[in-house]
Amino acid sequence: MKVIGILALQGAFAEHRKLLEQMDVQTCEIRQKSDLLRQSLDGLILPGGESTVIGKLLRELDMLELLQRRIKEGLPVLGTCAGLILLAKHIVNDSNSYLRTMDIGVMRNAYGRQLGSFRTIEEFLGVGSVPMTFIRAPYIVEAGDKVQVLAQVDEKIVAARENNMLVTAFHPELTGDPRIHQYFLTMIEE
Amino acid sequence: MSLRYELNKNLAQMLKGGVIMDVTTPEQARIAQEAGACAVMALERIPADIRAVGGVSRMSDPKMIKGIQEAVTIPVMAKVRIGHFAEAQILEAIEIDYIDESEVLSPADDTFHIDKRNFKVPFVCGAKDLGEALRRISEGASMIRTKGEPGTGDVIQAVRHLRMLQQQIARLVNTREDELYQAAKELMVPYELIYEVHKSGRLPVVNFAAGGVATPADAAMLMQLGAEGVFVGSGIFKSGDPARRARAIVQAVTNYKDPKLLAELSEDLGEAMVGINEQEIELLMAQRGI
Repeated sequence: MKVIGILALQGAFAEHRKLLEQMDVQTCEIRQKSDLLRQSLDGLILPGGESTVIGKLLRELDMLELLQRRIKEGLPVLGTCAGLILLAKHIVNDSNSYLRTMDIGVMRNAYGRQLGSFRTIEEFLGVGSVPMTFIRAPYIVEAGDKVQVLAQVDEKIVAARENNMLVTAFHPELTGDPRIHQYFLTMIEE
Repeated sequence: MSLRYELNKNLAQMLKGGVIMDVTTPEQARIAQEAGACAVMALERIPADIRAVGGVSRMSDPKMIKGIQEAVTIPVMAKVRIGHFAEAQILEAIEIDYIDESEVLSPADDTFHIDKRNFKVPFVCGAKDLGEALRRISEGASMIRTKGEPGTGDVIQAVRHLRMLQQQIARLVNTREDELYQAAKELMVPYELIYEVHKSGRLPVVNFAAGGVATPADAAMLMQLGAEGVFVGSGIFKSGDPARRARAIVQAVTNYKDPKLLAELSEDLGEAMVGINEQEIELLMAQRGI
């Protein structure tokens, strides 16, 4: 049976866990380096939360390089919101960067403060119309040649894939719609 | 339920597993963000100083709050007095990310809390027990924090309020459905909220602990008791080495079940805030608002 690790340093990790469990997928929380070393994972989720906090904890808990290596070696990963920021090669409005494994440039808090948070329904390539919840969300401003754009809202890229990496600027764990997670599980099968 | 309310509850979900820190200047806000705060609470004086100085305490100068908004990228919260809807309108106008209708400030109304459903920005409110929490939620709060006793460095009340909340939730879960109407009467809250807690076994919104948190161990204890994150007010910037202590508390909230790591985190933190014991307090802020 497949095991999906969920990075549980800060943020909405419990929501991903709940959704995957409803889909009968086994999950485990990753809070420390030892959790990463102990478990053999079939996939990893980097949840929403505050990217500055999660990124900082990744460094302080000495997990950043190991994670980076695992992802480069092909571990399938789904990054939502803050998770997308962690995977991005660079952040256009922030001098920090974290895992830098995905060839995208992102803008943090691209829709402004909480009053700019919104929900919409848009096409997700290969999935159909998907409800999308954006909370102080980022979007992708530039994507490399190998990056496949999967969804756009108002001409801004909000979901994309590069090899083993899938990212969404919105929160598929909040709407109760399992199709994005299902898409990720299919990706793992490939 | 409105879409805006859902989005506001969602923002609180993103803060979970994090530490929200009181700051009074842009410089402190940067230190807090650098140390790993998931949000900052902008206020003119931290609770320990409000206690020391006395007098009426009010919403902070919007200019000072804007300075903090410019200094950091994480969400910025700020406090208004209980019932003071005009202060809340002002904070909404400067696009605050969360309003704390807080007992730390002097209450503006001894009967009515703010009708929070009239606002687009989210509210967090304090509670000592389940009834209080659900009353605030029915008024439109999209996040709850147990009150504790702010500015004391004494965690006893935070523990008491959180335990009380958890006990009452557990009791509701085990209450027969036909007895829930009576529970709604006793707790003075709408039946629908009682029913929701009975079914889900949790508050309908995210719940943080607050009031008197001074050490990584305090934070870990509250997390183990079921808090989903922690507010630290005076505990950080009233201590000997704020940046270091803040970092340690952030890590303690993530790895609250790992005593070995907590031991490391608790080393060499310098002086904790001095604190006052519960029995020595003249002003009980937690008793403001019911």
